[in-house]
Amino acid sequence: MNRVKRTLAPYLLVLPGGLWLLLFFVVPMVTMFSLSLQQGDIINGYRFTGHWQNYLDAITDYRVQLIRSLVYGLITTVALIVMSFPVAYWIAFYGGRRKPTYLFLVLLPFFVSFVLRTISWRQILTDDGMLLHPLKEAGLLSPGFHILGTPYAVIFGLIYNFLPFMVLPIYVALERIDPRVVEAARDLYAAPMTVFRRVVFPLALPGVFAGVLMTFVPASSDYVNSGVLGSSSTTMIGQVVQAQALANSNYPMASALSFFLMAVLLTGVFAYARVLGTEDVMNAAAR
Amino acid sequence: MTTSPPHHAVTARSAGGERTGHPAIQFAGVRKQYLSHGEAVPAVKSLDLSIAQGEFFSLLGPSGCGKTTTMRMIAGFEAPTTGRVFLDGKDVTGVAANKRDVNMVFQSYALFPHLNVLQNVSFGLERKKVGKAEIRRRVGEILEIVSLTGMEKRHPREMSGGQQQRVALARALVNHPRALLLDEPLGALDLKLRQQMQIELKRIQREVGITFVYVTHDQGEALTMSDRIAVMNAGLIEQLGTPREIYEKPATRFVAGFIGTSNIVDGRVSRVENGWAVLDVGPGERIVAPVPGSVRAGQGIEVSVRPEKIGLHRTAPLQAAGSVLAGTVTEVVYHGTSTNYTVATSAGSDFVVFDQNAHDAEDVASRGERVFLTWAPQHSYPIGV
Ligand SMILES: Nc1ncnc2c1ncn2[C@@H]1O[C@H](COP(=O)(O)OP(=O)(O)O)[C@@H](O)[C@H]1O
Ligand SMILES: [Mg+2]
Repeated sequence: MNRVKRTLAPYLLVLPGGLWLLLFFVVPMVTMFSLSLQQGDIINGYRFTGHWQNYLDAITDYRVQLIRSLVYGLITTVALIVMSFPVAYWIAFYGGRRKPTYLFLVLLPFFVSFVLRTISWRQILTDDGMLLHPLKEAGLLSPGFHILGTPYAVIFGLIYNFLPFMVLPIYVALERIDPRVVEAARDLYAAPMTVFRRVVFPLALPGVFAGVLMTFVPASSDYVNSGVLGSSSTTMIGQVVQAQALANSNYPMASALSFFLMAVLLTGVFAYARVLGTEDVMNAAAR
Repeated sequence: MTTSPPHHAVTARSAGGERTGHPAIQFAGVRKQYLSHGEAVPAVKSLDLSIAQGEFFSLLGPSGCGKTTTMRMIAGFEAPTTGRVFLDGKDVTGVAANKRDVNMVFQSYALFPHLNVLQNVSFGLERKKVGKAEIRRRVGEILEIVSLTGMEKRHPREMSGGQQQRVALARALVNHPRALLLDEPLGALDLKLRQQMQIELKRIQREVGITFVYVTHDQGEALTMSDRIAVMNAGLIEQLGTPREIYEKPATRFVAGFIGTSNIVDGRVSRVENGWAVLDVGPGERIVAPVPGSVRAGQGIEVSVRPEKIGLHRTAPLQAAGSVLAGTVTEVVYHGTSTNYTVATSAGSDFVVFDQNAHDAEDVASRGERVFLTWAPQHSYPIGV
């Protein structure tokens, strides 16, 4: 009796989360996938016909937005790594007893809704807003200068919104580095820059990897920043999916686009993991 | 504090094999305090010390006495608050750790977890821009010395504690540093492995001829391995000397208590005869100890004697030139090679006596029995006179 209980225990523990995932992840995924291969219209209803043409249509019609999304996502991610590393480094190695405070400050914006913060960015960046107006008055910028509606505004917004998702995992990886290991590198004649390049950065790679996963994927499929800060020339694939699903009720097209994007992102992530040899790096850092 | 030069001539062979004539390491008037929560914590109060080329030198003392701090000032991880540090006669007080020609073996090994054995051991030579072929040769050589040949591709996580310890040693030694600094390097190993590594370390040190500075809180380890030992307590060196000097002639009560077991008697000198002080304890009981000429009758002194120097008898000795004390056995503990007796004496303190189980199958005395303790005059050692 006891034996049976013990063998069953792990499965019982998995049950609540497992059921949840099955219900709200696997089931919709399967439905969506089936939907992406259907034909018809909203009035007469959609029927499953194994219509792979949906995918071809999605790619040809929205190639520009797809590529744009990946490019925005990539620029955002690279900028995030460059910006987050020093912040995480400083908190991890020089934060002292105030580390929790600094981490809290990094997380503080999360206490305000994502959409609300993006809208307030719009206020700041608007043509006669608090940022551009004084500069134009002072004659530093031409009266016609604007940021809102440009790719810059969208990428700024993406960077701003995803910053903590890059800082935190890098911080965690840096925090786990044994200070004695850093000293050992100094002891073995490494100058400060070499210590960083040969020891600190390699040991922080698992954190960078996690950060990339947590930012590149959602940033590439984001629809809020471009919607609020961009224009028709910055439309991202997330917006297209949203429009197809909610405005045009073209569910097969929306599903096909989503699945294609997912496939592209997964391929990218796996290729990236392969190149980095992540397993090795993760094992090393796990010690 | 007493200081004495190395008891035997050590080969003055330094890293490159050339003789420099300077001590390998020197501290001049060094003091170090940390700032912690705005308060000054003195870690090393006053340090003047000179370590010879090729010497196996140990810093021995209880936890928190400043050993690691001393070591870190040699490596360049801490700057002295006042005073200077010299390596090979050169003032390195302000020189960064990566520009000092000494290497450290950390207690936690601090191996690079993302690099394999070969990459770990080559790290220092690569930084020094040594040629690839030369690196390969030297790494191969050192891995042989520490018996790790064939493990080049392993990562630290795939190795046992003892193997990691040897990688740490090889990673430092391969650079042929002026001095190797070892901070409790065997602390994390089990007893058997530790004893094995002690012998191994000593052999390696003889083989490479590099100055070793060895930090430990284990007195047995320090006694068996060192040429000289500095016994530290609360940020100060209490005694500096050879293992034999430290053991046989402890300079302070702290040293006598910290190194091995000591019996210490507080007494008053009854008379002084030809450099021997006699302390009369009772009828037929006395302690005889060699003393310097400055000691006078009537003066209070402390005398220490090691437990293994004392003989235990059931009958009063007829005529003894040395010390005699009477007492009652309060404890008998059998230890295999010896039997340890605790004896309450009329000198005021309990004595511990180690009696070698060389001949008799029987204990000399049992609990509650009246016994006499005797030891030769030269085995008494006065402390702090
Ligand atoms: N970084 C530090 N900040 C504040 N106090 C320290 C620091 N390092 C060591 N100390 C203090 O200095 C004293 C000596 O420490 P340490 O040199 O590590 O001793 P040991 O190695 O002999 O155990 C201890 O009281 C310790 O608490
Ligand atoms: Mg220590």
